[in-house]
Amino acid sequence: MKKTMYEKIWASHFVHQEPGQAPLLYVDRHLMHEVTSPQAFEGLRMAKRPVRNPHSILATIDHCVPTKDRDLPIADPIAKKQIETMAVNCDENGLNLYDMESPDNGVIHVVVPEHGFVHPGMVVVCGDSHTATHGAFGALAFGIGTSEVEHVMATQTLPQQKSKTMLVQVNGVLSKHCAAKDIALAIIGVTGTAGGTGYVMEYAGEAIEALSMEGRMTVCNMAIEAGARAGMVAPDQKTYDFLEGKEFAPKGEQWEQALAYWGSLVTDEGAQFDTVVTLNASEISPQVTWGTSPEQVVGVSGVVPAPASFDNKGKRIACEGALKYMDLEPNTKMTDIEIDYVFIGSCTNGRIEDFRDAAELAKGTQVAEGVTAIAVPGSFHVKIQAEKEGIDKIFKDAGWEWREPGCSMCLAMNGDELKDGQRCASTSNRNFEGRQGKGGRTHLVSPAMAAAAASAGRFVDISKLG
Amino acid sequence: MEQYKTHESIAALMNRNNVDTDQIIPKQFLKKVERTGFGVHLFHDWRYNDDGVTDNPDFELNKPAFKGAKILVAGDNFGCGSSREHAPWAIADYGFNTIIATSYADIFYNNCFKNGILAIVADESELDALMQEINASEGISFLIDLENQMVTTPAGNGFSFKIDPFRKENMLKGLDDIGLTLKHVDKIDEYEEQHKSCYPWLWA
Repeated sequence: MKKTMYEKIWASHFVHQEPGQAPLLYVDRHLMHEVTSPQAFEGLRMAKRPVRNPHSILATIDHCVPTKDRDLPIADPIAKKQIETMAVNCDENGLNLYDMESPDNGVIHVVVPEHGFVHPGMVVVCGDSHTATHGAFGALAFGIGTSEVEHVMATQTLPQQKSKTMLVQVNGVLSKHCAAKDIALAIIGVTGTAGGTGYVMEYAGEAIEALSMEGRMTVCNMAIEAGARAGMVAPDQKTYDFLEGKEFAPKGEQWEQALAYWGSLVTDEGAQFDTVVTLNASEISPQVTWGTSPEQVVGVSGVVPAPASFDNKGKRIACEGALKYMDLEPNTKMTDIEIDYVFIGSCTNGRIEDFRDAAELAKGTQVAEGVTAIAVPGSFHVKIQAEKEGIDKIFKDAGWEWREPGCSMCLAMNGDELKDGQRCASTSNRNFEGRQGKGGRTHLVSPAMAAAAASAGRFVDISKLG
Repeated sequence: MEQYKTHESIAALMNRNNVDTDQIIPKQFLKKVERTGFGVHLFHDWRYNDDGVTDNPDFELNKPAFKGAKILVAGDNFGCGSSREHAPWAIADYGFNTIIATSYADIFYNNCFKNGILAIVADESELDALMQEINASEGISFLIDLENQMVTTPAGNGFSFKIDPFRKENMLKGLDDIGLTLKHVDKIDEYEEQHKSCYPWLWA
């Protein structure tokens, strides 16, 4: 029988199924950060259960870290305790932790690929919904809750129901200044935030193949914003080139063995998906969200929709609520929306390519009056690489703040946040009410759009730029 | 985990779609290293006035009629967004043990059952009827019978619901998932040996 990549990975990780119970799936890699793990360690301690495979775990500290004055003690005592608890938990259990002093520190979904810790064909979990990022390598990677974090540490398995499969086929070629983020947002615009619920998505087609590994990570990262359990892309030469030589990548004879296996993972020709969604990349314009859900998105040349334009009652009510929160009038041109803040960073768009894209548009400009713009690299490696290329200087000369790595304003846990009523062009993944600070208004965009918006003080149709 | 028993309780109504976990428990409360004490922060930004202390009278769960409710009736795609299990911890700590909605986000749904919260899926017409009944008489109680998979209401808008038999059994008996899995540790050992020989580079 012809199988999809998801079905192949599922079959190779199936451990056992008791009649009437969910199948147990084996977990190869377990990623961790400070926010969703402490209660899992506490549970293990209470039940006197050891961590089964410490080598399967890689941990970092990212959500609560300050992005400036990192040499000073952490001001927030509760955050400080959470960070200290992480260090103790990792130490007691012999886990590899990239702590705040480590040159490898950064956002979990940025640092893990930097070290080649995830390979094609793996099952990867993390107590973080953006774990789907690692599907870019042809792995089955998904977010779990803290009880499941504990379960995986104790058993190296998870009871899992099999998902349905969705093929998201993106044909054609992206226009200039359109990027992976625009594909990700355009897909959610089509599926909605619940359209992927119960599915694992496989992204395929010319436009996906053309993306770099960084771009594929951006697309897979936002699978969760379409409601999907995971998103994945078939491994190819780009995947292998990215992994080769990295710290945790197979070496020597094992590299050849692994390559042969990875090649066998791709979806068989003629395999059936439960659902197919097709988009054409040439029709995708630079995307900007106007509401408080990632599905509330339009092309930058469009306008803020009116509630009456939605046939569905739920979407109409959601539109009314979003416009009120976002303080926007229907039919406002997206390019007339003025912003107060710009954030480039996060596990969605905090990689070197994102800063290169943004720097291209930031070069020689000045941040508009009244606008604060911050660039937050996803890791120290991204930061150092960008500095080698002079990208930090481009940003600083243009009036941006060049910060230390961390999750920062993606979820605003570390003190980087919007004030009530401020409007932000953000390269992160969620525009929920209050996500970037109580009363803050978030518009999700690509790094290039963020850079253009910083200097214009409003959104710009960057597809019209040379 | 506590056993889930048949119970009758006030049903509180939250007629909103896409309620996300950032709203259920905002990020400033995620820094604790314990599992308990999140109930007071449930729906913080909606629930409290700007001072963060006094109740916002316009927020539905602050209605006196919904005080003490164990059942939460909500709209579509409940619990979307972040995977934070602090969301079901906050819901349970506040006092809810049952949610009725037309759909849930995947991770949130799993998290509910790990924390003794029964997440019931209703179809649109069933949910509409429940909402109308609550609106007509705020503070009414519904009967939840997990064993027989039935919701019963005073006006007869009850319905039978589906649930995975494994989840049902675990909830009724209050079983710990990890203990159940560890019963099969021999199978895990066996799988792992085979895994090591098939994919040696993962164990290098």
